[in-house]
Amino acid sequence: MEFTTTAEPIVRLIEEFGKLPGIGPKSAQRLTYYLLQSPPERVETLAEAIRGIKQGLRLCSVCLNITDSETCIICCDDNRDRSKICIVEEPADILPLERTRKYRGLYHVLHGVISPGDGVGPDDIKLNELIMRIQKGGIDEVILATNPNLEGDATAMYIQRLITSPQIQVTRLARGLPFGGDLEYADDVTLSRALEGRQSI
Amino acid sequence: MTQLRVYQTEAIVIKRIKLGEADRILTLYTPEKGKIRAVAKGTRRPISKLGGHVELLTHSQLLIARGRNLDIITQAQTINSFMPIKNDLIRLSQGLYCAELVDAFAAEHIESVETFHLFRDTLDRLANSDMSAIALRYFELQLVNYLGYRPQLQSCTLCNKGIQPEINYFSSSQGGIICPQCVHEEVLSRRLSLNALKVLRLWQNCDYAIAVRINVNDELAKELETVIRDYLKYLLEKQIKSTAFLDALKVKPAAIDN
Repeated sequence: MEFTTTAEPIVRLIEEFGKLPGIGPKSAQRLTYYLLQSPPERVETLAEAIRGIKQGLRLCSVCLNITDSETCIICCDDNRDRSKICIVEEPADILPLERTRKYRGLYHVLHGVISPGDGVGPDDIKLNELIMRIQKGGIDEVILATNPNLEGDATAMYIQRLITSPQIQVTRLARGLPFGGDLEYADDVTLSRALEGRQSI
Repeated sequence: MTQLRVYQTEAIVIKRIKLGEADRILTLYTPEKGKIRAVAKGTRRPISKLGGHVELLTHSQLLIARGRNLDIITQAQTINSFMPIKNDLIRLSQGLYCAELVDAFAAEHIESVETFHLFRDTLDRLANSDMSAIALRYFELQLVNYLGYRPQLQSCTLCNKGIQPEINYFSSSQGGIICPQCVHEEVLSRRLSLNALKVLRLWQNCDYAIAVRINVNDELAKELETVIRDYLKYLLEKQIKSTAFLDALKVKPAAIDN
C-alpha cells in the first residue's frame, strides 16, 4: 500500500470525486478541501441530495421517465394530449423538448438506442414496453425523437417498421441545418435532407 | 526523421465511443495506416463543423493533428456518405456488420490499401445494389484472403488428397475442406454441398463483377452464410455482435396494427 500523509477520509473523498466524469485529480482535491471548510449543514445537504437520487427514484409506470412517484408529472398532467407519444433515447432528452413548449403530448423513454456493433439490440432497450403501450390503443401519432445519428436513425427505422397500423401516424423530427450553423461545414447527409425537407416561406 | 505535426488521410469511420461532454473517440479505417483512433471534438453538439462528416460508415478526407496521447481530427470533408445505407435499416445493419468485421480483424498502424478498397467497395455495393448476400459473402472471403486466413478449398486439409466432386466437409479449426474419408478425424466439421464448395472456390479468386453472375438460391445462400460465419467466429474467437441484429431483421416483426 502506498504511504500517505493525508487522513484516510480525505483520501477517500478525493478518490470518489475523481471517479466522476470531467473531474481530474486536482479538481477532486479542490472540491474535497472546499467541503472540508464548509459548514456541516452544507455538507449534510449535499450528502442528502446525493443519497436522494438513488432512494425513492423509479421509472414512471407509463413513460419510463425517472420520477419519484408511480407515474411522472408529465403522465399525470390532464392537460396533455394522450394520443401522442414522443420517443426519446434518454430521460435527459425530455428536458430540451419541454423547454420548447411546443409539445403537449406524452413521452416514452427507451433508455438506450439500438447499436448492433456494441451488441445492443431491440430487446435491450425499452421497446416491448412501448409496443404494449401502443397496443392498448388510443394513440394516433408516434414521434420519433431519437438522436439524428446512425444509431438513432436505426432505432427510429426499426420502430417505424413495427408500427403498421394505418391509424397511427409515425413521424420523425425534421433533420436539416442547425440554427446558428454554417452551410459551408454542413455534410452531405444533412444538406440533402435539408433540401428534401425544404419549406416555402 | 521528425514527424509532421498534422497529416491527411482518407478514412471510413468504423466505430465511435463517447468521450467527455461532447466529444467522441473514433476508430477509423485508412488505406495507409490501417486502423487508427482519433478524437473528434464537439461532434455531439448540433453545431459541429465535423458532425456528419465523421458519422459511422462515412468515407471522409481528414486532417489529423498528432496529439500526445490520441490524435485529434481538425478538418473533415465527406467523400462518400453512402446515403442509401443510412436510409434503409437492412442495408444499415449490413454495413455495420462489415464495419465490425474490419474493426475486429484489422491491425492498427499497418498499411492495408487492398482491404480498405475492399471495404469501401463493399459499402458502395451494399448502398447501390440489391445483391447484398453476394456482396457480404464476397467481402468476408476476400477479407480473410488479405489477412492471411484464406481457407484451403482445393485439397483435403488432413490427407492432402485432391477433393472429389461429392459431398465434402468444412472444418473451421483446420481452415478448410475435409474429404469424406477423413471426416471421422475431425468431429467439428460441417457438411458442405458440392455447389457451396464451387461457389466458395470461385468467390475466393474472382473479381466481384464475376461473383455477381452466380445464381444463388436461398438454400445455398443460407449454407454459405453459415459456413463462412462459423469460420470467422472461429478466427476471432468471439461472437460477432452485429449478426444478432442482422438475423433479427430477417424475420418479419410482430406488427402493431390495432
